[in-house]
Amino acid sequence: MKFVWFNLMPWPDLPDDFRQEHRSVWVDIDNRLFDPVRANEVYNLYMDQLEFAESVGFDGIGCNEHHQNGYGLMPSPNIIAAGLARRTSKAALCVIGNSIALYNPPIRVAEEFAMLDCISGGRLVAGFPVGTPMDTNFCYGQIPALTRDKYAEAHELIMRAWAEEDVFAFDGKYNQLRYVNCWPKPIQKPHPPIYIPGGGSIETWDFCLDHDYNYSYLSFNGYKGGQAMMDGYWQRQAERGDRDDSPYRASFAQIICVADSDAEAERLYSEHILYFFNRCLHVHPGFADPPGYRTVDTIKAGKLNQLRKEAQQLFQKLTWRDLVDGGFVIAGSPDTVTETMRHMIHTLRVGTVFGLFHMGNMPDHKVRYSTQLFAEKVMPRLQDEWPDHDAERWWAKPLDTRYRPDDGSMADARRPVSINDAGLAAGGA
Amino acid sequence: MAAFSTDAVTTAKGIDAKVRRGGAGQPLVWFHGAGGLAPTEPLLDLLAERYHVHAAEWPGYGEERTEQAIEDMLDFALHGWDLVEAMGLGAATPHLVGHSMGGMIAAEMAALNPRGVARLVLVNSAGLWLDSHPIPDIFAMLPFELAEALFVDAKAGEAAMTGGLDFSDNTALTAFMVNNARRLGTAGKILFPVPNRRLSKRLYRITNPTLLLWGAEDRLIEPKYAEAFAQGLVNADSQVTLVEGAAHMTPYEQPAAAAEAITGFLG
Repeated sequence: MKFVWFNLMPWPDLPDDFRQEHRSVWVDIDNRLFDPVRANEVYNLYMDQLEFAESVGFDGIGCNEHHQNGYGLMPSPNIIAAGLARRTSKAALCVIGNSIALYNPPIRVAEEFAMLDCISGGRLVAGFPVGTPMDTNFCYGQIPALTRDKYAEAHELIMRAWAEEDVFAFDGKYNQLRYVNCWPKPIQKPHPPIYIPGGGSIETWDFCLDHDYNYSYLSFNGYKGGQAMMDGYWQRQAERGDRDDSPYRASFAQIICVADSDAEAERLYSEHILYFFNRCLHVHPGFADPPGYRTVDTIKAGKLNQLRKEAQQLFQKLTWRDLVDGGFVIAGSPDTVTETMRHMIHTLRVGTVFGLFHMGNMPDHKVRYSTQLFAEKVMPRLQDEWPDHDAERWWAKPLDTRYRPDDGSMADARRPVSINDAGLAAGGA
Repeated sequence: MAAFSTDAVTTAKGIDAKVRRGGAGQPLVWFHGAGGLAPTEPLLDLLAERYHVHAAEWPGYGEERTEQAIEDMLDFALHGWDLVEAMGLGAATPHLVGHSMGGMIAAEMAALNPRGVARLVLVNSAGLWLDSHPIPDIFAMLPFELAEALFVDAKAGEAAMTGGLDFSDNTALTAFMVNNARRLGTAGKILFPVPNRRLSKRLYRITNPTLLLWGAEDRLIEPKYAEAFAQGLVNADSQVTLVEGAAHMTPYEQPAAAAEAITGFLG
């Protein structure tokens, strides 16, 4: 198994009456709720937590991209990943991902991901989401019915830019570039592992299978709510017959809370998880599904947006018990969490789990407590759930010998430079 | 009342479309707005008493899966002319009449080819943007909000828009959503995120006499936009006419008054 510690980076100070007094946590969230001074603490705390996750043994640490969003403070996940690249040395950097249709031109993603891969010594896992309607259409103004087409073109451009050794011209519908010449290039060849976060469009299944990418179903509905989508993916894989059924083809996001006992988990985490469902998921339903974003096939397949009005009405009434029983949250003692996770891993058939440990307004000490318990008492018991499959197949492949900012060379790098240092004076610089 | 019939045409580009036709007289081509052609079009019935009315459906609005062929404003405007050609109107030069998004396309068509148009009528037309009067975002509206933005009488408007659909019926709901996705998805290619494709730069090319017919209570594209159009248009015979008791959906809210204004202008 591969376990990724993921932080959505929510704003922790949404008021108690947020749902009543505000229309949406996303797109047109009240700007006055943001406090840059407080954000200085929040960002650094969240990045510390990601670094902590590496120190306790997580395989990867993850971040993602959202815009104008009260539960996601990362319009640029690459900035977060760059900070992590310099302060970690082992964990894969899972940027899940860059909304490639939003970068103009998308060659920017090829460049920045290559930079991250070079700085980290080949630790990048690259995500290419189509992007939510909130981010892509309403915040960044892309036309809903053309979003998928633009995404496909951006993907083609990035992959070619990584693959080609010679300068080439790209005559796209949305991007015309006379001189494509990706500089720098990623360390990992032919390219870093690619994960496609899916939110419920059935087209994504085929896209992942076509290109042999990891299908990452990211929702907040938990392992029970996600069953239908994962079943659909594996059914599609079987129907096509051109790809094997390695569980490492698939990832799943799950909220996880670990404590000494089940009762303790509720006592410690309940209010923070409810903060997330009650406030952070309060999105104006009109932003969830602009006509044209979802294809006719996806609508006909009954795959409606997870933030549609009915779902939102459900979220606000959920109790801790509902959340646990409904599989939204896997919570409890290490034994409970281990058994439930094992069940999830096999029923969904996933090799990679994006664990959401920091949720809502959870304070730092609880986040670390839960994370550490998981790393020490759950993770080791779940490492070998898929003994017949290669866990490294869709995983980052770092250089064996790579620059490590956190080892001895770092102290050296921070030493004040003297004019008498070798080379400088002699070189006449 | 003149009888309407529907026939199929294929444009030179190969796009199939249905055309609803009725009446007799000088050809009048009607371009519907983002809501599509309604099962009954009271304004077209009235206009057919005096003109030969031709109303085609835009890609995405009919059974034909043709919306992929249209991507931007120029595609829409050229497709509009291809449709006029395919309608087979003979030697007569047609009047173009467009409502809302249809007005935006008709205006672009006239800017491209003013000599192909007799007179132009823009009804609560999209196409311009005024920072002082931002047009509400129809793409983020819930059905009841949309009805409030479009109609003087929101309740009646909502019933008209959904056709009395039972939303608890899953099959009907899916069909409604598919229709909505195709229609507004296509409309979004020229209306999203801001319904402005720089028509203002081309208004000077519209040399035709133009009627700007507006619901006096339009909350979506306020009557201020009629004035803005009028200021940009160059033909001295152009005029603004406001219709009382109508919001954005003038053809459906006040069809008689709209018909009277249009016939008065077209002659």
